[in-house]
Amino acid sequence: MVTSVTSFGRSGAYDWMVQRVSAVVLAVYTIWLVGLTFFCPMDYAGWSELFSQTWVRIFSLMALIALGAHAWIGLWTVTTDYLKNGIVRFLAQAAAGAVMFIYAIWGVQILWGL
Amino acid sequence: MTQVLSSNSPSKALSSVKAVNRKRPVNLDLSQFHFPLPAITSILHRISGVILFVAIAFLLAGLDASLESEQSFNELMDTMSGFFPTLILWGILSALLYHLVAGVKHLFMDAGIGETLEGGQKGAKIVIAVSVVLILIAGVWVW
Repeated sequence: MVTSVTSFGRSGAYDWMVQRVSAVVLAVYTIWLVGLTFFCPMDYAGWSELFSQTWVRIFSLMALIALGAHAWIGLWTVTTDYLKNGIVRFLAQAAAGAVMFIYAIWGVQILWGL
Repeated sequence: MTQVLSSNSPSKALSSVKAVNRKRPVNLDLSQFHFPLPAITSILHRISGVILFVAIAFLLAGLDASLESEQSFNELMDTMSGFFPTLILWGILSALLYHLVAGVKHLFMDAGIGETLEGGQKGAKIVIAVSVVLILIAGVWVW
């Protein structure tokens, strides 16, 4: 069996499932956060109170980690479709991976106020 | 195989230019060609995904400023009241809403709903209609 060395889970079926599970996490988080700010606009006190709660921080970090996997699979698909030069594609995928790693660590810092 | 090769060989083609030309569309009318709607919604799903990947940097910076202190929260609100920041926020929200709606359609298709040619075209129309409504609501909201 030929598998791609740069795909997220080394298997198309695994990537397919991760893409969908992470999509559901991201959809629930997006609808919750956008819906919350849409229906009850908050001042600083309410907003910082919301993000001081442990479950909100965990939920937010879960969404950020889901985003990392989701964006990796999505960008891997797009880059393998359009970037035919191996070196260019590798560099683009490496840059995407680095950015997602930075997002995750930066997110931890923001959420836990480090 | 040899028959196929000989019938397509340049010498044969040269010897019967008229016959070949009759079968070939010499002037392609490009205005006659267009992507079907499901292809357009699919490429928009990809484009909005790439936009969102970049936009996350701005959203994280915004979250950082909003939680840093009351002063930075108010400064952020001040900045975001400008025309261009609002426009960019609307753009990010549009990409987010479109990507979400098109993604939900994907999950429906995974469940076997709307997998036919007709279903795919109908699904693409629904995706466009729902996301246009949501994007307009978001536009009213941010302004």
